[in-house]
Amino acid sequence: MTKNPFSPRDLQWHPPALHHDYRSTHLRAPQHKLLHMPQTETELTGPTFGQNDLGPLDDDLILNYATDGQMAQGPRIIVHGKLLDENGRAVAGKLIEVWQANASGRYRHVNDGYLAPLDDNFGGCGRCLSGADGSYSFRTILPGPYPWPNGGNDWRPAHIHFSVFGDGFAQRLITQMYFEGDPHIKLCPIVQSIPDETAIDRLVARLDMDKTIPMDIRAYRFDIVLRGRNATLFENQMEGR
Amino acid sequence: MSDFKESPSQTAGPYVHIGCAPQTAGLEQRGMGAPFGHKMIAGVTPGHEMTLDITVLDGEGAPVKDALIEIWQAGPEGSYAPTAQFSNWGRQAADLTTGQARFQTLKPGALKGQAPHVLVWIAARGINLALTSRIYFPDENNASDPFMIAAGDRAETLVAAKAEPGYTHVIRLQGPKETVFFDV
Ligand SMILES: [Fe+3]
Repeated sequence: MTKNPFSPRDLQWHPPALHHDYRSTHLRAPQHKLLHMPQTETELTGPTFGQNDLGPLDDDLILNYATDGQMAQGPRIIVHGKLLDENGRAVAGKLIEVWQANASGRYRHVNDGYLAPLDDNFGGCGRCLSGADGSYSFRTILPGPYPWPNGGNDWRPAHIHFSVFGDGFAQRLITQMYFEGDPHIKLCPIVQSIPDETAIDRLVARLDMDKTIPMDIRAYRFDIVLRGRNATLFENQMEGR
Repeated sequence: MSDFKESPSQTAGPYVHIGCAPQTAGLEQRGMGAPFGHKMIAGVTPGHEMTLDITVLDGEGAPVKDALIEIWQAGPEGSYAPTAQFSNWGRQAADLTTGQARFQTLKPGALKGQAPHVLVWIAARGINLALTSRIYFPDENNASDPFMIAAGDRAETLVAAKAEPGYTHVIRLQGPKETVFFDV
């Protein structure tokens, strides 16, 4: 193979494996450099998901854990945007999974012992598929900031975790979305492990008054970009599978 | 700089289970569909069934108990085309007490020019960009596989150990036997 179908990953743009101020990386960062290899069928392919795999409330975190007739507590928000590749093309029909703390900053997780209360009507798990134009959307509540053990007085900015699939496993990505104007973004060692301010800004969702529904719910816009695909090569590669 | 540069990665954090393995978080599915990736085999399959036990160790040799592990592999015929009986993709969280993840899968067939292998992908707290490696098998001829060749004197870190009824594989994030991770 002379040219790789997926454009190379810019490892200077992503956070380095070891970031001193983020203590959990100390024992978990590999010390060797990643070994660069040409892409093979293994990296060019990946799992596919269909609308039939999803439940009707999977994209509605306000309701998907709530008792009938009740709903999650907290400021109501829509999170929406487009799933694109680095060529600006829509990445259609791909699975996006999200998880988050509740409005008080507490996760519904056996290992989260933060003293803030759980919300009986909030689970914090959602998922959806990107549409034909790459667009995706889900409803949730604004998550709260929370403290975490990192050796000091560390608080996470309000955030939503994202797990995204692409056409091939080489595009697989996990990241986090932040909210514009949050003063914790500048203080957080996890966010600041990203070396470039422009890169950090790509993870900050913007208030979107156009998609905000009057007297109901505010909207935030967050676009997600996966590695670029060389269209011609990619289609040739995929044919005859 | 292009407006369409890849979104920078962030750690999956310690609560990745809520979104990706809700059964492990203790999150009973109230209004949600079934979790993904938990089962790879359905019904009777043509291939050789095996267990694949994976443990990730940190720099002190302690199991990474909050890891999320995904595998992606060819079926027994050496193809990535899914069938009704077999999903090429599996996802398991490490056990919160032991750190072990068990996949019930089929032995992969060889792809053209490559020895039979499993792509393994690891996300966890303290891992800023999810790690990609491969798992090869001790009972196959791996000598001419390009990834094994490129791994050089570290290639043995990519080979699982036989342990009936399948294989066990240890992934070391640091140390003298640090596993080879790829940028592909
Ligand atoms: Fe979090």
